[in-house]
Amino acid sequence: MKRRYLLLLFFLVVGSGGCSNYELKPWVSPFERNNLADPIMSFSRDPVSAAYLHHVYQAREGARGAEGGSGGGCGCN
Amino acid sequence: MQIKAYFPARLIWLMAAGMLFFLVTGISGYAAVLPEDRADVMYHGYEGGGLEVTGPSVLVRKGIKDKVSIWANYYVDHISSASIDVMATASEYTEEREEKSLGFDYLHGKTFMGLSYTNSEEDDYSAHSFRFGISQDFFGDLTTLGISYARGSDTVRRNGDDNFEEDAKRQIYRVDLSQVITKNLIVNLNYEGVTDEGFLNNPYRQVRFLDPNSARGYSYEAELYPRTRTSSAQAIRAMYFLPYRAALKLEFRNYSDTWGINAYNAEVAYTHPIEETGLTVELKYRFYDQTEADFYSDLFPRSNAQNFIARDKELAAFQTNTLGAGVTYEFDMDWFPGFKRGQLSLFVDYIDFAYDNFRDVTATGFAPGEEPLYEFDSTVTRLFFSFYY
Repeated sequence: MKRRYLLLLFFLVVGSGGCSNYELKPWVSPFERNNLADPIMSFSRDPVSAAYLHHVYQAREGARGAEGGSGGGCGCN
Repeated sequence: MQIKAYFPARLIWLMAAGMLFFLVTGISGYAAVLPEDRADVMYHGYEGGGLEVTGPSVLVRKGIKDKVSIWANYYVDHISSASIDVMATASEYTEEREEKSLGFDYLHGKTFMGLSYTNSEEDDYSAHSFRFGISQDFFGDLTTLGISYARGSDTVRRNGDDNFEEDAKRQIYRVDLSQVITKNLIVNLNYEGVTDEGFLNNPYRQVRFLDPNSARGYSYEAELYPRTRTSSAQAIRAMYFLPYRAALKLEFRNYSDTWGINAYNAEVAYTHPIEETGLTVELKYRFYDQTEADFYSDLFPRSNAQNFIARDKELAAFQTNTLGAGVTYEFDMDWFPGFKRGQLSLFVDYIDFAYDNFRDVTATGFAPGEEPLYEFDSTVTRLFFSFYY
């Protein structure tokens, strides 16, 4: 049993050593964000309208919170 | 006797103010740029179940040197109610609610901060709230994390009773995470916790109970709710850019609270611009389901049957189905000094409500508790002009 744990430890150490060379990088480049930047990709394009509809839901339903916020867009400054 | 506030101000105004905060500031979304300068002038209308609510909403936002943006909203509800609750125990009424919000956003590098204040007033209800939020872009701007906190203080009064005045306080905590998954897909996760303390029921609404001394077999008495409520809601949303220029939105939200209500909703929406016409059409379907509160009953067995009693149909078990459609027409406004473009939009939602344990007491010829289950349809309309400058 002890030998099995040692073997597991060996693979974890070797594995983590391998991973240390791996760097997670943003996988969608700024020039690939045209589609995400399109206004139709916004979670709520028109705040005044979306706020009213959420208001109706909150008034007529028991649940509250975590309604859709804004968002979407390109993420490119 | 007047019975009031089945829609829409009571106790939910702070949530609505909070939604405006999120929708306007962009705390929950990509926040490395301030929202665009714009003004919206909207007519809103709700009609269904004997209730009619109409009014304007005006939202104006203006940025200063790409660092600061200030926004203000003025909103009014004109309410005329002859809903089933009103018809059962009182007479038709009208009222007005006025809400004012002011917000301030600040952008520093990839950090976005928002602060807002909202005040809501009606003749028997006053409410104030503050909200602060901060969000940060990181990981090559593929990820945005936002948190916010709000607190509100309400004063509840009762028309015709000058000695009645109660308080309610509320705190709201929210965490948002948006993540770009692919060049066509973005996902948003959020959690919102709400705690209430104070007078949480409606000072007018009543429950019914079996009463052998009444000719109709039942009588009414005042509701009594717990003085605390804590809820949590989690949601996941995704927007996907289709192979042609159109977007698909999916949403799932789950909810539970200490009153015993468990709910969820699912939504799918489709947005399709019609090229070279300036038109964009939207279609959506939404389903919502909830269980009843622990202390809800359509008909209690006797007077004061338990510590807490409620017959608010929003605390009953029910489902809703919503079909929505909208069209937006976008046009240039170069001809108007200071303006870039404008939009005219019309959105209409049709909502069907079907209750599992709320009965239609206006139906005659039935024994108490044997009346048909209540259901109704409503229409929600939003017509608005948007101006970008």
